[in-house]
Amino acid sequence: MNIKQMVRKNILETPPSGIRKYFDMVNEMEDVISLGIGEPDFETPWTIREEGIYSLERGKTHYSSNAGFIELRREISNYMNNRFGLKYDPKDEILVTVGGSEAIDISIRTFVGPGDEVIVPEPSFVAYKGCVMFAGATPVTVELKAEDRFKLKPEQIVNAITDKTKAIIIGYPNNPTGATMDYDDYKAIVEVLKDKDIIVISDELYAELTYEGKHVSIAQFPEMKDRTIVINGFSKAFAMTGWRIGYACGPADALEQMKKIHQYALMCSPTTAQYAAIEALKNGEPEVRRMVEEYNRRRLVMVDGFRKIGLNCFEPLGAFYVFPDIRVSGLSSDEFCERLLMQERVLMVPGNAFGACGEGFVRATYATSIDNIREALVRMRRFLESL
Amino acid sequence: MKKELLSILKDNCRLSVEEIAVMLGTTADEVKTAMEELDEKGVILAYKALIDWEKVDHEYVTAYIEVKVTPQRGQGFDKVAERIYKYPQVTACSLVSGGFDLFVVVEGKNMKEVALFVAEKLAPIDSVMSCATHFVLKKYKDSGVIFNKTYEDDREAVVL
Repeated sequence: MNIKQMVRKNILETPPSGIRKYFDMVNEMEDVISLGIGEPDFETPWTIREEGIYSLERGKTHYSSNAGFIELRREISNYMNNRFGLKYDPKDEILVTVGGSEAIDISIRTFVGPGDEVIVPEPSFVAYKGCVMFAGATPVTVELKAEDRFKLKPEQIVNAITDKTKAIIIGYPNNPTGATMDYDDYKAIVEVLKDKDIIVISDELYAELTYEGKHVSIAQFPEMKDRTIVINGFSKAFAMTGWRIGYACGPADALEQMKKIHQYALMCSPTTAQYAAIEALKNGEPEVRRMVEEYNRRRLVMVDGFRKIGLNCFEPLGAFYVFPDIRVSGLSSDEFCERLLMQERVLMVPGNAFGACGEGFVRATYATSIDNIREALVRMRRFLESL
Repeated sequence: MKKELLSILKDNCRLSVEEIAVMLGTTADEVKTAMEELDEKGVILAYKALIDWEKVDHEYVTAYIEVKVTPQRGQGFDKVAERIYKYPQVTACSLVSGGFDLFVVVEGKNMKEVALFVAEKLAPIDSVMSCATHFVLKKYKDSGVIFNKTYEDDREAVVL
């Protein structure tokens, strides 16, 4: 049997992520500074880790309820209310998931299937498009523009909407651009979306990493709350990527259906991570502030550094990414990253890995030490001068 | 800006004024002026390195000493504290609440040297009633820094 022939067409046709070759290259090299790692360089704060350890010591090694421990859901409910003014009932409007990634997947699968279209603004996190395709639906790309600071504009949505549009996925603060949307930015797109039967899936994993003003969620608009699934988690804010824990908040009628997929596919989130997450929300805030302060300092140094070596870049106000324009080098994003890695051993991710319109840009993360950033900038200057 | 500047310097005083200026959204000159002012006003007292002497060939011992004293009329504890902290062997000295009065840190080449200092200099001071000397056997953490911790970045080289 040719097992590949047995694979579903949707899966076969979804391209693998475009960065595999960089792994192979890096494995052969030493002294590489990677600015390509989309996760915090901080370890999970100790108070959080210790709660995970205690839970294991106490023998807390069983399943939780499918939606997650009620104590955790209560903490999430308080957090969403205190931080963002969003009210969700811990009983039936919050679902604890295996990372934000699962929440993205099941919220897409709950609402869209073959024949449906999903609006996916790009550049954006690679999983959005993949999950839409796995669900058998069609992603409709919207190309965000550097001159709009990679914000989503109402007319872009209007142009993408057809009678098949079932959902739109919005991710701010954004991976890979670092862009954010403020209240007025959202207000403009709410005008377009508020009276349409389109589900909004709002990925807000980077909400805590907002460096100017306060994070805004589209669900804060009363007319949007009943049609929005808000996705958040612990990976980025609390440096808990490996624990795999996130959550979805939304109307009870939607969550009840999402919970079915979650129940059959995963049972529940890892309970060690759930105990740790309770501690994160109870006592993790000072550590979050400390990390955000540190990210912010590195952000400013990196943006300033890129500009000084001649790369145009708009100021990213969220997440931990800078998305400089590298067209001045005369190279494609891929060539730029490959040659930079070979010549100077600095690794970044080509912008087109996040959608075709990312071409001409690269993603660099400042989730690395200031010493690494400083050294990477020296090497990049040398690289640009060599072209 | 000053508070933010201090918080940056507290974590890392080796950043260049240019880098600090970028972090604060100001100019290098302004940072320099602010730092000079903070130095002059005695807000910033020193820029020092934190060293793990265990890692170099260096004879060295630290003792934490609990000192009970009789406060002097009209001068409280200040006068006796001053007599103690003026010795260069004393690297730290604080008035504390609880079972004793002054918490004194003494450094020396070896235990004998520190013990002699306590016996000959510290204990005989008039108002000193008693000293309890605790020698440091192993340092785990100091000034917010964990000793003997090597940070290895074992994250995947690329994560989207």
